[in-house]
Amino acid sequence: MRELDRLREVMRRDRVFDFVAEKRLPFTNGRHAVIPGELDISHGTILYVEDITVSFDGFKALNDLTLYINDGELRCIIGPNGAGKTTMMDVITGKTRPDSGVAYFGQTMDLTRMSEYEIAHAGIGRKFQKPTIFPFHTIYQNLELAMATDKRVWPTLFAQLTGEQRDHIDDVMEIIGLQELREQEAASLSHGQKQWLEIGMLLMQNPRLLLVDEPVAGMTHQEMDKTAELLKRLAGDHSVVVVEHDMDFVRSIAETVTVLHEGSVLAEGSMDEVQNDPRVIEVYLGE
Amino acid sequence: MAYRSFTMEMLKDDRGGKILLSVLLALIIFIPGLNLFVPVDSVFHVSTYTLTLLGKYLCYALLAVALDLVWGYCGILSLGHGAFFALGGYGMGMYLMRQIGDRGVYGNPELPDFMVFLNWKELPWFWQGFDMFWFAMLMVIVVPGLLAFVFGWLAFRSRVTGVYLSIMTQALTYALLLAFFRNEMGFGGNNGLTDFKDILGYDLQADSTRAVLFIASALALALGYLLCRYIVTSKLGRVVVAIRDAEDRTRFIGYKVESFKLWVFVISAILAGIAGALYVPQVGIINPGEFSPLNSIELVVWVAVGGRATLYGAALGAVAVNYGKTYFTAVLPELWLFALGALFIIVTVFMPKGVIGLWGQIRDKRNEMKRDTGGASSEKNIEGAN
Repeated sequence: MRELDRLREVMRRDRVFDFVAEKRLPFTNGRHAVIPGELDISHGTILYVEDITVSFDGFKALNDLTLYINDGELRCIIGPNGAGKTTMMDVITGKTRPDSGVAYFGQTMDLTRMSEYEIAHAGIGRKFQKPTIFPFHTIYQNLELAMATDKRVWPTLFAQLTGEQRDHIDDVMEIIGLQELREQEAASLSHGQKQWLEIGMLLMQNPRLLLVDEPVAGMTHQEMDKTAELLKRLAGDHSVVVVEHDMDFVRSIAETVTVLHEGSVLAEGSMDEVQNDPRVIEVYLGE
Repeated sequence: MAYRSFTMEMLKDDRGGKILLSVLLALIIFIPGLNLFVPVDSVFHVSTYTLTLLGKYLCYALLAVALDLVWGYCGILSLGHGAFFALGGYGMGMYLMRQIGDRGVYGNPELPDFMVFLNWKELPWFWQGFDMFWFAMLMVIVVPGLLAFVFGWLAFRSRVTGVYLSIMTQALTYALLLAFFRNEMGFGGNNGLTDFKDILGYDLQADSTRAVLFIASALALALGYLLCRYIVTSKLGRVVVAIRDAEDRTRFIGYKVESFKLWVFVISAILAGIAGALYVPQVGIINPGEFSPLNSIELVVWVAVGGRATLYGAALGAVAVNYGKTYFTAVLPELWLFALGALFIIVTVFMPKGVIGLWGQIRDKRNEMKRDTGGASSEKNIEGAN
């Protein structure tokens, strides 16, 4: 069995040659050691959500939700209104505590016991449904604030940008295509540009997992294409979970699609499989 | 040299700050000189009354700068900042009481008059050490800072924000007002602490002492301004503004918002305490009235009038409104509160950025009129004045 796993590992297309450079820790007898604060994705799964239930005044927003996200994957999550998509993100980012169930980031980090900022430090970045950026800061400052660095009070007071950090900001600025507007106040950006800036801010955190809530809501078609390209580019280096209503957009980026309905997973598979699933059709057309 | 260039770097884009510091420097050089060395009958003579009044305004200005740091930049509308000011004042007042020694009415070398009057036999424990200047000054910083820390820790950790926090701060200062009114508290009850004689052995009524206190107030304002300016131009300052504008976002990019709020709140409380400590020897009295919620609300009006999130605007607002108050309460005393209320409404409705923002507003309007045919609305924010 172990040999089979190893073979699978070798055949993984998103991590070519990675296994060769695998670090072997001493005294672990081939098993992986638990390092506190260090993300452990030795089993290839970056996020475990198991049997999560969340209820608000008796209404079950999430009902025994179980979901796994692989490292480097681009996963789309769709579902009708009230299916629990945003609540799921709230649970993963520590905003909402589940009534029961577990959520693990990698093998070792229990998300249900971490606070928002700890989860952010661990490597989960979240983009809200409504673009939330800092309107009175410039684009550059927005990215600077999001940058992964020591975010405690005193180090922040005396923080100076190093050359390396400047380069990082410039790189991200180029990825999101806003380098010409770097000194502009973020409030002056268009809706689409704000969404990209927010994705850029996520990238500055060097997250392993990106949670993106409705990235193309209110975008023009050109902006949508650009966003699709951006998200596809990010998958691989990062795991990306996209919650989206727009089916055309989902089709254009999705590898695997998960359909949520009434707080649990209804179907999972490629876009075609999911679209031909009778249960999915019923949920979507039956309403 | 390195220090100088550091200060210069900080004030590079800060015209208002440069003006404020230059004015303070001029005040330090000229006002005490005109008071002490120009003969009384000369037109250039500055009376001791004016000198003390100006010194009082400078203390208010420091208090306003402290509030601007938490309100203008961090979005915490504290309606109880007067409490920290008053606590700093009481710290200084206690020192000055101990300085009276046996020159009080009852001639008790150890106990202040009000304690003798209340038949107390010995000095309460919390009055110990206040005969030492350094200890009193330490308490001026520690007590407001500690109160702000405990209050802020509880409030911010529970994520109390907005108007609820404002009401809690208001309750805090009101509770202290009631507590300090009680004789059993040991702070002189409703009479407070007064009848001070000297500070560090110098006669408080002497012109030269007044001049030194004036200079100290001006220096404290200048240093307080520079400290706040350093904070708001640092990365921490940008984080704090980010908290004001999008608290959740700041939390999700990994900042522990509570700690930042708490830090800024404590710094601001300490500055307010220092302002209070400088205020008391100049006015010669501290009583529970300083804890009155009305004082804290007036303070908010000063900052709003001057212009939020500019620091120097807050200082300007404090001086301007207090000058108005001095003038009005002398000429039309019954109208002052109406004038204050009207001022607050006018500023909130028509000048959201205060007097300082007015210039930017006018310029934007003019620009708009110039290209009214273009149709493109000006998205530019009213940041003009900075």
